[in-house]
Amino acid sequence: MRPFGFERPETLERAAGIVAAREDRAAPPPLSSAQFIAGGTNMADYMKLGVMRPNLLVDIGRLADPGLRRIAASPDGIRLGALVRMSEAEENADIRIGYPVIAESLQQAASQQIRNMASLGGNILQRTRCEYFRDISWACNKRDPGSGCAAMDGFNRQHAVLGVSDRCIATYHGDFAQALIALDASVETQSPRGGRTMAFSELHRLPGETPHVETQLMADELITLIDIPAKPWARRSHYLKIRDRQSYAFAVASVAVVLDLEDGAVRDVRIALGGLATVPWRAQEAEDELKGGPLDERTAGRAAEAAFAGAMPREHNAFKISLGRQALVRALLETRDMRV
Amino acid sequence: MKRLVSMTVNGEEIELAIPPYRTLLDVLRNEGRLTGTKKGCDVGDCGACTVIMDGSPVNSCLVLGIEAEGATIETIEGQHAGPDLPHLIQEKFMDHGGAQCGFCTPGIIMMTKALLKENPNPTESEVRFAIAGNICRCTGYAKIVDAVLAAAEDLRKGRTL
Repeated sequence: MRPFGFERPETLERAAGIVAAREDRAAPPPLSSAQFIAGGTNMADYMKLGVMRPNLLVDIGRLADPGLRRIAASPDGIRLGALVRMSEAEENADIRIGYPVIAESLQQAASQQIRNMASLGGNILQRTRCEYFRDISWACNKRDPGSGCAAMDGFNRQHAVLGVSDRCIATYHGDFAQALIALDASVETQSPRGGRTMAFSELHRLPGETPHVETQLMADELITLIDIPAKPWARRSHYLKIRDRQSYAFAVASVAVVLDLEDGAVRDVRIALGGLATVPWRAQEAEDELKGGPLDERTAGRAAEAAFAGAMPREHNAFKISLGRQALVRALLETRDMRV
Repeated sequence: MKRLVSMTVNGEEIELAIPPYRTLLDVLRNEGRLTGTKKGCDVGDCGACTVIMDGSPVNSCLVLGIEAEGATIETIEGQHAGPDLPHLIQEKFMDHGGAQCGFCTPGIIMMTKALLKENPNPTESEVRFAIAGNICRCTGYAKIVDAVLAAAEDLRKGRTL
């Protein structure tokens, strides 16, 4: 690891202020010379690889604000502090019963050791596992803007087929984020300019011309809270993850489904896809296909067609389109058949 | 610049001067002279470096040493049933052939201890779920799972962790 300075402020205001006072405060967060660290599982990994090269780490893991560590369930929904650890959320009874898609996405993510450390706020901001991003000897527009993309004509079996650009096809590899998209979550943030709230589905940015700009956040802005509304559909929610081996692997394709059924018809549905896209991906075309009608293998198949109509495969990842379609059909039918 | 960090390792409070970029794994192995915790992949993939930190198993290769300030750490060196007596879990790993080359074993023993503390009566699938982050390239896991289940059985007969 390259040497860096280390600060452990006591308040959130101070933590954001340290980054705001730096010369490159306007840099996109991943390129900022000062980085926040909480659980550190992603940051320590990427610092060792040389992908992240901060001069200063600002430790937010011990901030005093108890709201950052709280899971607060109410009739209006559930609020998750950004410093809640993945394992705490996964084991929480309100989440397991009321929002199963969250518990399922967390249980199938990473390993117990990592879930015991990683914070929810850090988890949703985790960076891609693209092999060319992780190995600094390759060109990568996300890691080193303007250097090119070695994945385009490299071995791209793991890469995205949705939301790609001609600058980047790196997959968003998280699991929890898909649950949040499906549940219509929002996030609250804090910076020296104050607080703001945004729909979770708007937090991540498509790679476009600037794959190094990954979210709407500024370098001195911290996620403080994840807010999940209580809607009639939350109990009938499910996460299906397909991977190359049964445990401790990133998704080749994953699907989060939240379903509101009335007399067998789809009153409302939200679908998010993982392992297939450059960002946590909402499959709105598939949702539109299903709304108001019955849910069976035929209609689910039509929705799956719609979800991948705009897919753009490369040399090695075209299989993800058929795998993704089948995963979506299976996830929809499994969610329909849940006993809630 | 080095910082003074204090932590409790296997029941003993220690204070070490460490730079912020040194991982807990390297601190334990180098400054702490506790080389029982192994360095495999060093990026959180293999679980060989698993230690128990404040009651939870973690990858010590992904924890900065300074993040362990004030923490209670348990490593393989602290696991024994008495002077020169193997720990119950170690005994079962020997009985069942749960170790071959041995490199993953300290991490899996620590993971097993954390599992059995939470759940002294795990099913086979709960054992496999718990050790999913510990990679073994020798055994194929069957004998490891047998050893963990045997340790759980002895626990239920009144032996202690």
